[in-house]
Amino acid sequence: MSAPMLSIAALSVRFGGLVAVDDVTFDVAAGSTHGLIGPNGAGKTTMFNLISGLTPPTSGAIRLADREINDLPSWKRAALGLSRTFQNIRVFPEMTLAENVATGLHPSLVQGFPAILTRLGGFAASERRARDIAMEQLEFVGLAAKARQRAGDLPYGDQRRLEIARALANQPRLLMLDEPAAGMNPSEKLELLGLLERLKGRGLTMLVVEHDMKFVMRLCDRISVINFGRKIAEGAPAEVRANADVIEAYLGAKVARGLEKGA
Amino acid sequence: MPAFLDDFLFTYESLVHSLGVNGLLALSMYVVLAMGQLSLGQAAFMGIGAYTSALLTLNVGAPFPLVLVAVMITPALGALIIGAPTLRLSGVYLALATIGVGEMLRLLYINTPLFGGALGLSGIPRLAGIIWIYGCLAVGLIVFVFVARSRVGRAMEAMREDELAAGAIGVNLPRYKLGGLVVSAAIAGLAGALDAHVSSFISPAAYGFDAAVTILSFALLGGIGSPFGPVLGAIILTLLPEALRPLQDFRLVVNGLIIVLAVLFMPRGLLAWRMGRLAARPGGASR
Repeated sequence: MSAPMLSIAALSVRFGGLVAVDDVTFDVAAGSTHGLIGPNGAGKTTMFNLISGLTPPTSGAIRLADREINDLPSWKRAALGLSRTFQNIRVFPEMTLAENVATGLHPSLVQGFPAILTRLGGFAASERRARDIAMEQLEFVGLAAKARQRAGDLPYGDQRRLEIARALANQPRLLMLDEPAAGMNPSEKLELLGLLERLKGRGLTMLVVEHDMKFVMRLCDRISVINFGRKIAEGAPAEVRANADVIEAYLGAKVARGLEKGA
Repeated sequence: MPAFLDDFLFTYESLVHSLGVNGLLALSMYVVLAMGQLSLGQAAFMGIGAYTSALLTLNVGAPFPLVLVAVMITPALGALIIGAPTLRLSGVYLALATIGVGEMLRLLYINTPLFGGALGLSGIPRLAGIIWIYGCLAVGLIVFVFVARSRVGRAMEAMREDELAAGAIGVNLPRYKLGGLVVSAAIAGLAGALDAHVSSFISPAAYGFDAAVTILSFALLGGIGSPFGPVLGAIILTLLPEALRPLQDFRLVVNGLIIVLAVLFMPRGLLAWRMGRLAARPGGASR
């Protein structure tokens, strides 16, 4: 296995008396698709917020490739190639789709004030680049035809795909998807799966939180399971599916024992 | 100059000046609101500019262009000092901090002989005029239109629409917030100085809380989808009291009513048009 793209070591966070994430350790191998699953309230989104810098950890370490990023604000992590989507979609509703994606290019687009105010010094070229990359990403997620529409007017599934396009604009090293398939119908899910598999084919490292087990099992190379803030299992999809602790966490001890007897 | 224009200017000179000065103040408010922040310090920054310019002209006899540079730097420094510790605050907290600063300054002017106390300073030479005022306003508008259609304009709008998401895609939030406040302070300071140098008289009462709210209402009435909205709002709110003069005592009541109705029925402002943020049109040529 190559060096991990993301490395989480003994990460914990407490909100008052509640330990939301408790001593969690796992690695996301470069080029792999890693799933993060667990019952509702297990701490998956908190985990995402810790990694992307929206919540400061109480203890532990987060490394992106070779760099410890614990103390960096979220915008610096984004500039280092850490990109994410949100469970409750956060596109910029008043902007057009193209503007949304072009905004995602922010960290790598060089435009000094002299260039902005004089429209010289490669300004036009850099705006064209922003537009071209925006169109490219929109094409990739299948939204190019709607480039000039207002993002807030899009149906739900499209907004999710727009958020992915925006997250891809800056060519991230790690893409974190928080419940990308939530609220989608089966055909939309299938389409999304195809999209993510194409990203996987390009060698992009992804960390995915998702409730749809079929989706996760098909997409991910490796899965970590958390429950009540603790990691209870990790392994390939088949291993995780057969893990007794995981079944118990999802179905409750009683049902899990019943299943065991039956088997 | 044609005679009728001469007459017009003679009658309405101070109104024409106010329109331009208020337009500049509206632009200074726009910078802050356009990135989703709320400052009620614009009147205070205007006051810093006005007093700086008056003192420099009266006591030092500095050349006017130099004075105009100074009146942008002093409030900008003030904004840096207020902004640095309050940077992590957003929304209403920044507004409260800026109100506090405004009141502090107002009391400082009233109680300091150098600033002329409650009477203010008078006899300021009329060095500014229509050309200076509208020249600055035009430059300001052009700059903001250029900035809006750039990486910076997109980042500002992203912050206004969803600050958390803007941070998550790499917008340096503290830097943008502080930068916005500093620029808005500089513009307000410039407006204050130009105003002082056309009306020849300044007093602390003009830079209090009332003025801060009036400046805010310019932007809210006009709308902040483009820099033109706030300027339009300033024009309307400056002309309205004049247009309502026949109503005499009921003037301010109707004035207030119009503002309330406009905000109720046009929450995006009178100029709801939103300016595009990409300088190159999507779907356009070149690939």
